[in-house]
Parts: sequence; structure tokens; C-alpha cells
Amino acid sequence: MFTRGLLLIGLFSVPASAFAGVKIEHWTLANGARAYFVESRELPMLQLRVVFDAGSSRDPADKAGAATLTAAMLDEGTKDLSANEIAIRFEGVGAEFGAGVDRDMASVSLRSLSDSGLLNPALDLLAQVLEAPAFPAADLELKRAQSLIALQKDAQSPGAIAAKAFYRELYGQHPYASDPLGDEKSLKAITREDLIAFHRRYYVGANAQVMIVGDVSKRQARKIVERVVGRLPAGKVPEPLPPVRKLITGWQKHVTFPATQTHVNMGHPGMRRGDPDYFPLYVGNYILGGGGLVSRLSVEVREKQGLSYSVYSYFLPLRLPGPLYIGLQTKNAQRDQALKLVRQVLTDFVVNGPTEKELEAAKKHLSGSYPLRIDSNGKIAEYLAVIAFYGLPLNYLDEFIPRIEAVTIKQIRDAFRRRVRPERMVTVTVGGER
Amino acid sequence: MIHKISGLLFLSLLLIACSQTHETTLDNGLRVIVREDHRSPVVVSQIWYKVGSQDEPAELTGISHVLEHMMFKGTAKLKPNEFSRIIAANGGRENAFTSHDYTAYFQQLEKSRLPIAFELEAERMQNLVLTEEEFNKEIKVVMEERRLRTEDSPEALAGEKFMVTAYEKHSYRNPIIGWMKDLESITVKDLRDWYRRFYTPANAVLVVAGDVKPQEVFALAKQHFGPVPAAPPVKSPEVAEPPQKSERRNRVSIPAEVPYLLLGYHAPVHASAGRDGIAEWEPYALSILGGVLDGGQASRFKHELVREKKIAAGIDVDYSATSRSPTLLMIEATPANGHTAEETEKAIRQQIERIRNELVTAAELKRVKAQVVASNVYSRDSVFYQAMQLGRLAANGLDWHMLDDYVEKLNAVTAEQVQTVARKYLIDSNLTVTILDPQPMSKGKPRAAPRRGGGGVH
Repeated sequence: MFTRGLLLIGLFSVPASAFAGVKIEHWTLANGARAYFVESRELPMLQLRVVFDAGSSRDPADKAGAATLTAAMLDEGTKDLSANEIAIRFEGVGAEFGAGVDRDMASVSLRSLSDSGLLNPALDLLAQVLEAPAFPAADLELKRAQSLIALQKDAQSPGAIAAKAFYRELYGQHPYASDPLGDEKSLKAITREDLIAFHRRYYVGANAQVMIVGDVSKRQARKIVERVVGRLPAGKVPEPLPPVRKLITGWQKHVTFPATQTHVNMGHPGMRRGDPDYFPLYVGNYILGGGGLVSRLSVEVREKQGLSYSVYSYFLPLRLPGPLYIGLQTKNAQRDQALKLVRQVLTDFVVNGPTEKELEAAKKHLSGSYPLRIDSNGKIAEYLAVIAFYGLPLNYLDEFIPRIEAVTIKQIRDAFRRRVRPERMVTVTVGGER
Repeated sequence: MIHKISGLLFLSLLLIACSQTHETTLDNGLRVIVREDHRSPVVVSQIWYKVGSQDEPAELTGISHVLEHMMFKGTAKLKPNEFSRIIAANGGRENAFTSHDYTAYFQQLEKSRLPIAFELEAERMQNLVLTEEEFNKEIKVVMEERRLRTEDSPEALAGEKFMVTAYEKHSYRNPIIGWMKDLESITVKDLRDWYRRFYTPANAVLVVAGDVKPQEVFALAKQHFGPVPAAPPVKSPEVAEPPQKSERRNRVSIPAEVPYLLLGYHAPVHASAGRDGIAEWEPYALSILGGVLDGGQASRFKHELVREKKIAAGIDVDYSATSRSPTLLMIEATPANGHTAEETEKAIRQQIERIRNELVTAAELKRVKAQVVASNVYSRDSVFYQAMQLGRLAANGLDWHMLDDYVEKLNAVTAEQVQTVARKYLIDSNLTVTILDPQPMSKGKPRAAPRRGGGGVH
């Protein structure tokens, strides 16, 4: 029979053992680097990730893009090896190297087979590019030119323009305001010496966390971590970032752009990692705009009115309050209608909070989907990086379900009323004439 | 996060071990394929319908994708959006995707919830309710999707122009999302016909991967999908693309900031190999060739064109040997600053000439093959991806057992075979080139988008 009752049978019958599962080993190296290890023997592979507090919020003044360029230059040459030789060596053993930054962290990753004949050369190479990149001048010019073209491509995309304008409006003079890629002026101002100084300052033991997930023993893992980051100088933890300002009034910014749709972004600084309101805001936002096609925003804007293909809200928790980010796109003529509707849904949610039924459904989803969050080495390594970088408790994953289950309607309503202020939101619209 | 992945992602497409894969067929013709992976207590269920944009007549482009949207809009027993609500409340993630070749729906769940996915999916396989009211809203959503992905993206518009040029007859020429003009004229009746014709057990493949036991999945599939009535098999008329006789080229002059170019050579796929003078190994050799040109930062394109000559800011090769119909080996590139698209094109064509004239080196072959072997292992880290590989093969009429020796066959490709396919397919008379020629972006006025087949774009 096809009934909702039947479908929900067994919802809480999942044995608790299915949820336990990620056992994290943690230790600290002599140079201050912290290691986090999860043993996973099923596949003959190893996932490594090294993160530094070296994201774009650490860009020197007027040098936006320096953090991104530093990360991008790591594998562009060492004292002994050219960019091409580095690529040949990684790829020759089937290893995948990657490096990138967001506003908080620089993240360097390596995926390799665990066979020692393939793994060892990849690890040595990783250690070299982390410790002693040479930042060759010619390769820097190449990367700079590529970044400038990436900026030009962003300039033909209304979505990219809207996202950048949104962060600028929200964060003003704060380091979170700038695009991690930088802008034309700042990219042109960055020198090789800037990158060398940035690397020396931030790619140090005290500022590093190493995640290692895969087919090695704890003893091997210790050796691997030592080999990869053990020789980094100890250095210092960077100064705290300046505080994020609270918006006391909202405003609207429109950018005229030749497009058929208007991209709408709305929000204000939201919450940080480890925020005391994290769980009520997280669960509440799932109901408001985080829950894919079943969220209130999606139901009202997409399902009932057909105004947008994608409409969502999320909190991006960073070291400091990252944005509460509400977004949609709709054809230009519908811009005002869509905006009005979003504001209505938002305000109603802030004032009245969720219903019992909505909260129950949200909890069922968020606890029930927990196993999906950690079902691969790649995903576990990503979670470890968040736990490590933001200093969350090692039992964060084990605590996740109980914390979700404990959230009440009152807590959500209370947290949203204090932390979500529709009248103080910035609204950025990018699009054509109506 | 910007991530530079130096792996050969496209080569890993097919690479999984098959010893833990099992298959059965229900009496009504539904194939069920189960892949065991007991690393985590999760399961993914995917149902693949063998219908995609290539099955669409000229005036109904986009209908497969519109129907995909409508599949969430209610059945005899489910209210609109209730499918999604039930999956969400069971901790599941779900979505669907439409391609040129297939339409697929999936749910990712904790393993004990698999029966829920089956019950819901079996329901909408046979009892979809298509109403004017829901359709009128959802078609607007699809139009917004087209605006988002295509109308406001100069590169996507150039891509559409490229496809209608490269294909004269075969419906790969039409966009998956459809031309706007067709989206404006599709009716509920069209959708009902499309649904009735293609959404039948014998035209579908159910793929389950995860922490499950094959016999239990088969029994469960029989319980839920067994009662779906059988229907006569459907066969879309196969339209062969006539052999290309001479090079084709065009320019798309629209407001944009950055030039862009697309080159494509018609190329065989596994489904078309082993007959008509196309050797079974040719798609494997083309995959390796793609790796030599573009597999990682040490590849010829990345090393020589991007790094050494600095003539392209970015360049990528795309060749998928598992399509249902013969495909294109595509090269897309962004010229480096100070270079025209024509200069970049010339440099690319010199590289193509070289791979025709000279054997690739042993070192290059070895490196590409090392990436193949590693990608094979990496791809098994994702349960979802394993199901994707199986489903894609099965939906496109390929035998998934080919996964058993796929790495072996790629490893067996010789330098001579790479040269043979280069000489056979990477020739001027088989080439289409589209150049995006940026025009000033006037404020406020949208680009004139094609109504159909690229009209309005020159």
C-alpha cells in the first residue's frame, strides 16, 4: 500500500552503530602542525589535505588575489624542478594534486594510490611544493594573465557579478569583502616578493592542519605527516582578523547588465563556525531555503509561482560571520514580484518561525542524511578539514545528530529574530531593463 | 575554491571492478543492476529511461527535460512535490538529470530506506498525473533555467551554434534543454504522449549501488516494479549523421568580454565500434589520444600551448566514448590575452597535425596509463559515481561487463593505434570550428538569443 505512514516506518530503527564510524586520531608535530587521521582500508588509496589560515582574508592591503596566486603558484616550480617536471612526476604516478583558497583557508590536496612505490614520490613532491616553492617570475606572469582572463569571464556572467557585488556591499572595508581572485588593479600590483613573503608568513607549522584519510596504519600516517609538513618552519599563528561590522540599516544596489534575467542576492553577515546559535540557525534555514525543492522559498517562489529555476538561502559559516545568502534569478520583468515574494516569505519565517510539522521533517532529513555526509574518503577529509581548521570538537560528527534533535521551535524563532533582520539586509540586483 | 585537478577524469568514466555487480531482468522487461559496496551504510537508487533529447522531433526539442521536471509534480497517489518531501523526510537526497541520450532519477539514502525509493519510483513510472495547472507553472521554471544556463551565457550560445553546425541531421544538434520556441509551444498532451511512449519497464534500467545484498534488492524490485504492466518496446528512428565532406566554420558575434573557440571532430563511440570499418579498439585509442593532448598539466595542450607558447589561457578536450550515438572529440579553448581566436586555432591545429604525423612517445603513453589505473581506484570512492557508470552504459545499450577489462584495453593501446585514429578522424574535412567573437556589451539590452537553430545569431 502507498501511504505516508508506511513510508515512514523504520525511520528511527537504524541501529546507532550505523552512525558511529569516523574515528579520528589527532596529534601535534614539533613545529606546531596538527594532524588528523582516519584509517580507511577498503580502497588502496590515500587522501591528504593540508590547510593553512592563508585564505583571501589574509591578502595584504591593496593586493587582493595574493593568497589565491600563492596557492596557484605552489606547483609552478621549486628550486630543482620546473612546473612541467612537477606535473610529470605527479601524473606519472597517477597522483592528483590541487590547491585553492576560499576567504578563510588555503587548501592543498593530494590523492594518491597507497602503493608505496607510487605514494612515496608523490609525498616527497608534495613536501617540496609546500616547503620551497620557487615562484618563478615567468610562471607568475602566466598565472596572472590567466587570472585576468578569469576576471573578464566573470564580467560577462551576471551571476558572478552579483556574487562579487554582494560580498563588497556586505563587508565594506573588511577582508571578506574582496573576491578571492582579486581585481584587475590588485592583480597587477602583486609582485613575486609579495608571494614569497605571503608564503613565508602563512605556510608554517603553527598555521597548518593536515588531514589524512585512507589505506595506511596510524604509524605510517605519522611518518607521512612528518614527511609532508615536518620540515615547515614553526612560524606563528596569524593575528585575528578585524571584526565584521553589523549592518544597522539595509540598502539596495542595482547593477545594470545586458541579460534576460536579473540575479537577486539578499542578506547580511550571518554566523560563524562554532556560533552558539549554529544549530537553531542551521535547522531553521533548512526549512526556510536550505532544503532544496521542499524549502519554503522553493515552494513559494518556484513550485507555486514558477518564478525561478533556483531559489535558496544559506548561512556560510566562516571564522567570522560569513553571509546569510539568499539568491534567485528571474526574467527581468518579474524582478520586483520575485523580490517582494522572497521578502514576504522571509519576514513571515522570522516573525512566526517554523511549524511543528516542518521542524519534524527537517530533523528527520538532517539526522537521516547523516550517513551520506561521510560515505567516502573524500567527504571525510573535507569534514576533517572543517573540524580542524575551526577548532571544532573531535566528536563533532558524533554530536551532530543529538544537537540537531535537540533544536526546538522556540530556539529557532528566537535565534532568527535576533540574528536575521530583513530590514537590515543588503539587496543586490544585476540584470537588464524590465 | 579553485581546484586544479590533474587527473584524467574522463578516462575514469568507466573504470570500476565488476566482480561485485549483479543483474536480473523482471518479467515486464525492467533490467535491475546491483553493485555492492559495503564501505558505508548507504545506498543509491537510480532509474534510467532510455529517452533523451536525441529522441525528440524537431518541433518538440526539450520535451524529455520538461517531462523530467513534471515527474516531481504528482501521481495518482502523490500530491505535487510530495515525492520530494517524502524522500527528504527520510534523510534522502534526490534529483534527476536529462542528457542527449537518457533521462535519469536518483535517490541517495541510508540503506534501510531503499524500499521507499522503490515504492515512489514505481508509482511515478506508471501513474504520473500531468495537469495544465502544474505544467503552466513548471514550463516557466524550465524557461528560467534556459535563460540562466544559455541565454545569458555567451559561451553557451556559441556552443549551441556549434552543435547545429557540426550535426546536420542527427538530433545531437539540438540543445537538451530545447529551443525557447519549442518550450513555448509544448503542450500537456505532448508530455502525456512522451510519458506513455518511453516510461515503460522495458525502456528503463534500475541501478542500485551501496551496502545491499543483490538478492534482497532483486526481491524488492520485483515487489515494487514487478506489477508495472509491460508495454511494447519503443524504438526511436535512428538518424545517421551523413559523413562530413568538408570543414565547416562560423562566427558568433554577440556581446561578450572574452573570445572563445570550439573545435570538434566527428568520432566513433563504443556503441558504433566493431562494425562498418570501425575497429573495436578505436574508441580506446581516442580516449588515450585525449589524455596525451589534455590529461593533466603535463599534457601537450597544457604544457605546450598554455605554458610554453602562452597562446591559450585555457584549453580542454572532451571525448566521451560511451554515448549512444557517434560523438565529437571536442576541443574548447580561450585565447590568451594578445592572441586572436584564429591564432589559438592555428596552434591547436598544428598540434593535431603533429599527433597525426608523429607517434606519441613511450613516456607520454606511460603517464596517461598511470592516470587511468589510478582514476580507476579513485572512482570507487564514490558510491554514486559507480552507479552512474553502470547506468550510463546500460542506458546507452552497452554491456557493463566491458568494465571488467576496460583498464586492460586502455593499457593495450599502442602509439601506432593513437596515430591511426588521429589520421582517420582528426582531419580537416571532419572538423567544425565555431569562434565566439565578442561585441561590445551595451548596458541593459540582452543578447538576441536564438529562437531555433541559431537564428538571430550570425
